[in-house]
Amino acid sequence: MRAFGYVSAPDLPTALGAVAAGARPLGGGTNLVDLMRDDVERPETLVDVTALPLAGVDELQESGGLRIGAMVRNSRLAADRRVRSRYPVLAESLLAGASGQLRNMATVGGNLLQRTRCPYLRDHAAACNKREPGSGCAAIDGIHRGSAVLGTSEHCIAAHPSDMAVALVALDAVVEVQSLRATRRIPLAELHRPPGDTPHVETDLAPDELITAVELPALPVARTSRYRKVRDRASFAFALVSVAAALEVRDGDVVDVRLALGGVATTPWRAREAERVLLGAPATEETFRRAAAAELASAISRPQNAFKVELAQRTIVATLRRLAAERADDAEGGPA
Amino acid sequence: MTPVKLRVNGSTELLELDPRVSLLDALREHLGLTGTKKGCNQGACGACTVLVDGERIVACLALAVQYAEREITTIEGVGQPDHLHPLQEAFVREDGFQCGFCTSGQICSALGMLAEHRAGMPSVVTPHLTDDEIALTEAEIKERMSGNLCRCGAYEGIVGAVQSVAEEMSQ
Ligand SMILES: Cc1cc2nc3c(=O)[nH]c(=O)nc-3n(C[C@H](O)[C@H](O)[C@H](O)COP(=O)(O)OP(=O)(O)OC[C@H]3O[C@@H](n4cnc5c(N)ncnc54)[C@H](O)[C@@H]3O)c2cc1C
Ligand code: FES
Ligand code: FES
Repeated sequence: MRAFGYVSAPDLPTALGAVAAGARPLGGGTNLVDLMRDDVERPETLVDVTALPLAGVDELQESGGLRIGAMVRNSRLAADRRVRSRYPVLAESLLAGASGQLRNMATVGGNLLQRTRCPYLRDHAAACNKREPGSGCAAIDGIHRGSAVLGTSEHCIAAHPSDMAVALVALDAVVEVQSLRATRRIPLAELHRPPGDTPHVETDLAPDELITAVELPALPVARTSRYRKVRDRASFAFALVSVAAALEVRDGDVVDVRLALGGVATTPWRAREAERVLLGAPATEETFRRAAAAELASAISRPQNAFKVELAQRTIVATLRRLAAERADDAEGGPA
Repeated sequence: MTPVKLRVNGSTELLELDPRVSLLDALREHLGLTGTKKGCNQGACGACTVLVDGERIVACLALAVQYAEREITTIEGVGQPDHLHPLQEAFVREDGFQCGFCTSGQICSALGMLAEHRAGMPSVVTPHLTDDEIALTEAEIKERMSGNLCRCGAYEGIVGAVQSVAEEMSQ
């Protein structure tokens, strides 16, 4: 690992001053330290932001939503009572990510900005437009079983790794970002950039900006929501395909729905096409299939990851089917 | 070099460390506490698990400077050869290890995990997320311990050891 300077920020002005001067924020370090060891990340100075007073989950009085401080650790957020009852998809996405130890370290801000697990990002002998702009993408004709099928470009097919971000994009979360210049609010759906011809530009953030909070709107449909993750082993592995879904059915029709996909796209993927098909349609297996097919229609797959197109559709259908059944149970006073 | 005050197993140690030094290397190389093991050094095996303020973390991805002034507990602070912690006894009794390389991490992780369970924290296999009381079933133990790999495959014994101690602790 290359040498770096280290400071710890006790308060926000200190942290913002440090990032304005070029320091890199350090959350739990579970992604950044690992990538520094592999010489992929080379910050000259780190500013530890974990002591900032941004580790609370608070009610948003006006809107009825929740404000999550950027330093809240993943384990704490998943255990929060309000998250468990009002946004179960978020709790489940967090609990499906990494391990108990890592969730105790990982922060909300760091989780959103973690980098792809595409092996070529770390392989200095191979081309990677994220690590070395202009060098090419070794995954396209190489090992791409884990790569994305949606939102790709000819310059990069790396999948976005975060589970939490998939739930948050389904929940219409908004990210609060601060710098010495200004405070901005960015819909999560606009935070991550598709690779296009600049795969190394991964987000909309400027280098002097710090994520300070994530806000969840009040979203009644989210009470019936789930995160379903399909992976090579039952636990402690990244997603091949994941689905975050919230569904409300009334008189047999879909009256509200939120759907997002992980593991298959270059960004946390809001499934707007599928949502369009679902909204107002009968909550049947046939509709679920049509919606899933509509979303994956634009997929571009390669030999090793072609299975993801089918797997994503099946996982969408299975998740919606289960939510619809739970809702029916609810209506009959059965188990939730 | 940065002065770092590390509080480990109840005593305070003053070290001069390069900020690059991980908590794991500080424990092993600078303090001689070699009970905590280095497996992958990438957060993927759990061998380096220690407790910080009672919570389990992987020490390999932790920078030592980040953990100054926190209460760190390693396996040496859990029990001694002549004075084993009940969980260590259970590992011996239930055949919870073969080579023993993963054992310190397993034990620290299990202690953290049991505290998380007592605090009512759910896991991804918890049947109803909103339940106040979560039964510590075999499925729960396996999921909650999934961050600790055992190359010898002593998993059955590990689950048994954790189960028996969880029962003792709840009685
Ligand atoms: C073995 C292993 C398995 C894993 N499995 C999963 C999984 O299944 N699913 C999943 O989603 N994740 C998984 N992860 C990834 C893990 O969730 C992330 O590493 C973690 O969430 C990152 O959070 P952190 O606080 O440690 O970030 P850090 O490593 O501290 O930082 C990550 C990035 O965010 C920046 N940053 C941090 N905080 C801020 C802020 N407030 N404002 C601006 N920038 C900031 C840093 O500068 C850095 O660029 C796994 C990780 C490991 C090591
Ligand atoms: S050595 Fe830390 S997790 Fe493997
Ligand atoms: S006992 Fe050998 S690795 Fe677990």
